Amino acid sequence: MVMKVYGDGMSACVARVLLCLHEKETEFELVPVDLFACHHKLPSFLSMNPFGQVPVLQDEDLTLFESRAITAYIAEKHKDKGTDLTRHADAKEAAIVKLWSEVESHHFNPAISAVIHHLIVVPLQGKTPDAAIVEENLEKLGKVLDVYEEKLGKTKYLAGDSYTLADLHHVPYTYYFMKTGHAGLVNDRPNVKAWWEDLCSRPAFLKVSPGLTVAPATN
Amino acid sequence: MVVKLYGQVTAACPQRVLLCLLEKKIEFEIVHIDLDTLEQKRPEHLLRQPFGQVPAIEDGDFKLFESRAIARYYATKYSDQGTNLLGKSLEHRAIVDQWADVEVGYFNVLVHPLVMNLVIKPRLGEECDAALVEELKVKLGVVLDIYDNQLASNRFLAGDEFTMADLTHMPAMGYLMRTDINRIVKDRANMNRWWEEVTARPAWKKLMKMAGF
Repeated sequence: MVMKVYGDGMSACVARVLLCLHEKETEFELVPVDLFACHHKLPSFLSMNPFGQVPVLQDEDLTLFESRAITAYIAEKHKDKGTDLTRHADAKEAAIVKLWSEVESHHFNPAISAVIHHLIVVPLQGKTPDAAIVEENLEKLGKVLDVYEEKLGKTKYLAGDSYTLADLHHVPYTYYFMKTGHAGLVNDRPNVKAWWEDLCSRPAFLKVSPGLTVAPATN
Repeated sequence: MVVKLYGQVTAACPQRVLLCLLEKKIEFEIVHIDLDTLEQKRPEHLLRQPFGQVPAIEDGDFKLFESRAIARYYATKYSDQGTNLLGKSLEHRAIVDQWADVEVGYFNVLVHPLVMNLVIKPRLGEECDAALVEELKVKLGVVLDIYDNQLASNRFLAGDEFTMADLTHMPAMGYLMRTDINRIVKDRANMNRWWEEVTARPAWKKLMKMAGF
């Protein structure tokens, strides 16, 4: 039975899972969830994810939410095909992949998702973005990217010399970020820029990026 | 060779690692990094952890930071020793990861600023943001209703056994329960039952003794 992903390709967290599925050459069915009509808050959806968010994965009798738990599951289940996203054969390399995945989750994501929320989502709701929050988070993001710039001067990817989940998890929000007026934060850091361009050249990215269709407000 | 943990034993993120090491019966040595004097921001520590935070570990030549990555590494490396923290099958492991990720995105994001305002700021003589605390309490209540519901039909967060999903919540929960808003947990019957059970574990009691709580 084919894995089902509940969500919409325009959601960054759904795209995170789709990238992983493509990298692992795994078939799946995308079951649309109408986010604008708030179908993810209906009882039928809440029974799958009580936090009322996408994505949700169904694999036979397993139902899973949290995009990074889903990518970890897919990468482990299909560790013998497609891209090696976890460096599973070496415990220490695997730990370094997890380390930089945690960095994305704790340091990168809070800052970048706050910027995306205010520059893209808030205008879609007909409200005015909070410029102070955007400024504060751009500054935080800049400091994180300074750490990345140094790391990527030593290794081609965040966790070493091969592409892993630690890089993949960054892709969807960064894609949206590069469409805002603040792409300079990436482009002005040569190692980060080169890394980003490499991530965008991957076949899995080329399959998923057309679905990332939300456009930022011009600012 | 003994694992060296750089951090402060009273801080939540080092406690996450220490609790894992205690559950797995792994020997360790704590190298104290003094947060009150901002030792974690000094160049020597930035070499271990470029974001200027604790903990970081050294295990022979192997170095790692991010408490949840460290905990998972040791839980995997010593999967046959001490408590099994990662689940018995790939699917169970995924459920453990799911609830461990919930801790990051839903729980810690609220409890961290709550503890900062209720515990840390007063200690540093800074003013607590009372309006923020009220807002966070409301949001945390909504999240804890979901947890309470999960724990109504599961002994622990990811099923019938204590796993990383429970462990990863405990340090910050410990801080929350020592504030005067702890009724937010105590008034939820299943959460209260779960918290009493997980804090009765010997590893937790040993950690609390080490931290002087």
